[in-house]
Amino acid sequence: MAKKILMKGSEAIAEAAVLNGCRYFFGYPITPQNEIPEYLSKRLPEVQGTFLQAESEVSAIYMVLGAGAAGARVMTSSSSPGISLKQEGISYMAGAEVPCVIVNIMRGGPGLGAIQGAQPDYWQATRGGGHGDYRLLVLAPATVQEAVDLTYQAFDLADKYRNPVMILGDGILAQIMEPVELPEASKQLPEKAWTVGKNENRQRNVVSSSYPKVDELEKVNIRLHERYDQIKKNEVRWDSYLTDDAEYVVVAYGSAARIAKAAIKMARAEGIKVGLLRPISVWPFPIEPFQKIITQTKFFLSFEMSTGQMIDDVRLAIGNERPVYHYGRLGGVIPLPEELLAKIKELIKEVQ
Amino acid sequence: MMHQFLLAGFGGQGVMLMGKILAYAGMKENKQVMYIPSYGSEMRGGTANCSVILSEEEIDAPVVSRPTGLVAMNTPSLDKFESCVSENGLIILNSSLIVREPVREDINIIKVPASDIAKELGNERIVNMVLLGALISVTNCLKVESVMESLKEILPPHRHDLLPLNQKAIEKAMNYIK
Repeated sequence: MAKKILMKGSEAIAEAAVLNGCRYFFGYPITPQNEIPEYLSKRLPEVQGTFLQAESEVSAIYMVLGAGAAGARVMTSSSSPGISLKQEGISYMAGAEVPCVIVNIMRGGPGLGAIQGAQPDYWQATRGGGHGDYRLLVLAPATVQEAVDLTYQAFDLADKYRNPVMILGDGILAQIMEPVELPEASKQLPEKAWTVGKNENRQRNVVSSSYPKVDELEKVNIRLHERYDQIKKNEVRWDSYLTDDAEYVVVAYGSAARIAKAAIKMARAEGIKVGLLRPISVWPFPIEPFQKIITQTKFFLSFEMSTGQMIDDVRLAIGNERPVYHYGRLGGVIPLPEELLAKIKELIKEVQ
Repeated sequence: MMHQFLLAGFGGQGVMLMGKILAYAGMKENKQVMYIPSYGSEMRGGTANCSVILSEEEIDAPVVSRPTGLVAMNTPSLDKFESCVSENGLIILNSSLIVREPVREDINIIKVPASDIAKELGNERIVNMVLLGALISVTNCLKVESVMESLKEILPPHRHDLLPLNQKAIEKAMNYIK
């Protein structure tokens, strides 16, 4: 077993990236994720990598595109407003099929908002975010260990599907410290025959999202769509807690899921049969686990630090079979387990 | 047993370091640990606080709303957090700086003249270590050996000349509590 070390979420994400071959980082500072660039500004030079603070988020994301098109493992990170600025470049990368890892440490919004953790970017993350008909593979860790594991995997997934992968965290995850076990550094990275650079084996490729001929672009769209279907088939990740006998199910991801778990333990201590379904990949959204528990469940409660965004996916997963409610706190206010427990009890009374 | 500590003072009193040492030492003892800094638009000289959870079981919520123990390093910290301490909980207060009496009667109050003890040892900046020593002594949440080892591993090598002083501060506080 690897030795446990105490790490801040943001630093753990940065180290996991380096361990899986990330050698380039381009970004622009914004709280509450500045420890990611801070860590990498020191760490990347140690492994002959490049850390570059760009003049803006827009510049940074196109540097990511360039490095990705050249075949490098590359990452950028930001928080909500900064991620909005990057959306054009993210869409270009989806169109040009350039792999990269993008970390969004969400904060309260809209606009400049506040720096405390929140979950208001679910729609943006899971619906593509920028213009055009595309998707990102979006992974939402709940613990610092899971942030390490998912960030590590994200680089392999980005290469496998030639698509940007997003790590969707929040200010809580980025700032807390927990013990983690780091994985081994990857030794061999996949060959990429499609990258721009020519070598003795092949000519130069063109990597671009520009397809002026509509019939060609339609084919690209179809190809991307088929790839998204593959991702939906292969990459659904979720976790559950005490759903086997649950009469009520809380659905939550990321930090909110941890708060939910605490509330569920309190409820169980009072004999209330509540369970937790935690999407880990928020796109692709786990649909099957909902369908397995739908008949036993009296209602679903989507618990999010937003006014209710994932609730749409919960409704899509279960249709009109069961009522779906929402509870959450907003703008960076962290909901407490006691509040969620009170909401669960209130809803149980209502449905009876 | 789940210890949920809230450590509060003003910026510069070493609240964050105290929290990190607790979490680190907990990890060394194979406990479940979480360190949660308060997060906002902070400024130098303002108030600072952090929370640490030490537990034998899995830690779920990354939030401490009803601490089992509060370390109050100054009066504003006591004013702000006294009411949120859990029933039968604990407050360790720096009685060198806090002159008012706590209002709560349902909790264990331990007064430690931490700033004075630190001054006697020759450096007022080790007030955090004095209170750390008091906390582990009152709660038995950690072994003193793991705290001492953690201190060594956390402090950068160019600060290791301060190790004996820090260790002395912890020991002195533990003796004070006894």
